Amino acid sequence: MPALDLVANVVVSGILTGLVYGLMALGLSVIFGVVRVVNFAHGEMMTIAMYAATVLFAALKLDPFLAMLPVAAAFFVFGYALQAGLINPFITRPEHSQFMLLVAVAIILVNAMLMLFGPDARNVQVDYQLDSYELGPVLVDKARLFAAIAALVAAAGLFAFFRYTLTGKAIRACADNYLGARVVGLNVKHLYSLTFGLGAACVAIAGCAMVLLVDVTPPLGPSYTLLAFVIVIVGGLGSMAGALLGGVLIGVSEALAGLFIAPSAKSMFSFGLLIIVLLLRPQGLLGKRA
Amino acid sequence: MNRRSIALAVLGAILIALPFMVGNYALSVATLILYFAYTGQAWNVMMGFAGQLSLGHALYVGVGAYAAGALFFYYGIGPWAGLWLAIALCVALGLVIGFLAFRFGISGVYFALLTIAFAEFTRIGFDHFGWTGGPGGMFLRVAQRDTWDLANFRGPPLMYYYAMLALTAGAFALCAWLLRSRAGYYWQAIREDEEAARALGINAFRWKLLAVAISAAMTAVAGVFFAFYYNNLFPEQIFHISRSIEIILGPVIGGVGTLFGPLLGAAVLTLLSDGITEALAAFGLDIPGVKQVFYGLVLLGVVMFLPHGIWPAIARRLRL
Repeated sequence: MPALDLVANVVVSGILTGLVYGLMALGLSVIFGVVRVVNFAHGEMMTIAMYAATVLFAALKLDPFLAMLPVAAAFFVFGYALQAGLINPFITRPEHSQFMLLVAVAIILVNAMLMLFGPDARNVQVDYQLDSYELGPVLVDKARLFAAIAALVAAAGLFAFFRYTLTGKAIRACADNYLGARVVGLNVKHLYSLTFGLGAACVAIAGCAMVLLVDVTPPLGPSYTLLAFVIVIVGGLGSMAGALLGGVLIGVSEALAGLFIAPSAKSMFSFGLLIIVLLLRPQGLLGKRA
Repeated sequence: MNRRSIALAVLGAILIALPFMVGNYALSVATLILYFAYTGQAWNVMMGFAGQLSLGHALYVGVGAYAAGALFFYYGIGPWAGLWLAIALCVALGLVIGFLAFRFGISGVYFALLTIAFAEFTRIGFDHFGWTGGPGGMFLRVAQRDTWDLANFRGPPLMYYYAMLALTAGAFALCAWLLRSRAGYYWQAIREDEEAARALGINAFRWKLLAVAISAAMTAVAGVFFAFYYNNLFPEQIFHISRSIEIILGPVIGGVGTLFGPLLGAAVLTLLSDGITEALAAFGLDIPGVKQVFYGLVLLGVVMFLPHGIWPAIARRLRL
């Protein structure tokens, strides 16, 4: 039985990492909640953001927290273009067709990264990665804490956008009722593209934060896609608060499974949790029943 | 005879005669095509006929392969007995997943994600299951390869080719029959509109379970073939989500819900993948990932411009 303060340390670091996971999943959840398309290239986009942060760091010595702004802007444009060019024509197609489209996009993205960066792991090294704050017996990594704060700020910004701006309201209207939104004259396709762009920007910020915590390799893409699925299903597909809660839950359960059982078994718990949630509460912990 | 059966007869004759016309390498490619045609056909029963999207069919391949493989590895029990264990386990698994999903009203995207979850759960489970070798894999003894040892399913590439051809032909015939059977019509009714089907008195729950069971059983057989053809099994490879996606690429590209789609899709994709490899080698390009990028682009093109797959478009042209 590990000592109690070790467990506390692991839980705290799980919560902080989980918030970054949560922001990544938030992107997926927003896209699904509005566009009703499951972004099968989500984790691949996440790894691209991580690579972008390493490249900006290597070339310009740009701190990943500053890299968040240009990377998020680029991802917003990329996401908008992807939705406008590729996905919008697929809105009325069957689910398996949309799924194949995004699988094709995912295959292209992950292998393009393999071509560009090779199979070796890359990372970013900044001095505050080695520092930590001491809160009694709990040591909090500075990088992890900053990453979690950045994730929370970005998530709060997105909440505020959807709640207080007219465009946010219009997007929620599209999500509620596609036909109704069109009847009142909303440009649904533009709003869909905007949503995908925002979802991609979330992933960009999460990726820049994540690169401070783990090394990036191309195969990370598919596993992050699965991780994001697990989180949004657990939290509630389409629920924004649910994505963050799901991220924290998965972050903590992964960290604890790594401590008590084996690090390689950690995602087994996530998938087990996913199966249980799907069966007992398919709308997710914070989701509304359709 | 109509045009369709003539085409089928010609195709069958070509496939039977193929080993006498091509070398070993081409034969191994042909075996791979038939393998994907077969697994695609199995997946198609669930998705194409009954409308239940599974993204976790690697689960049945893997469990089938490990069941028959472990029996052979530990007890020397050949694949003909192992086959039944593989089928029984996979049908049981499929029924459990289907029962839980359909009983709790899980459908569409959620059902697809549930199938992924079960496959991934099992993959990591096998990674930590020492009896079958864990992540280090399980290796079946590679026996002498020049004589046909049908009892233990050991032999030259020719034997595996004909075995796969027989399986593919059998699956084709089974699916053709299923599609015209009572079950087939019920499935199609459920696929098009489940509520309407239930209003007509079709027990959707039971018929969907039947589709899952048949699909799982067929895929289990592919798993047994996989184990004895490749001889080594790694959880990371056999259960991985990319294996599940490989299985469904063929029928999706060829045409979901059609009989010829899985066949045509498997042929197109395997030959394409092979062709790209050779073309890249000819140009001296050896960057990892280039091939898959091309592959992805072609996939993207087909999904965008031929939404119902290649086969329906060709069938219309050829009036088949």
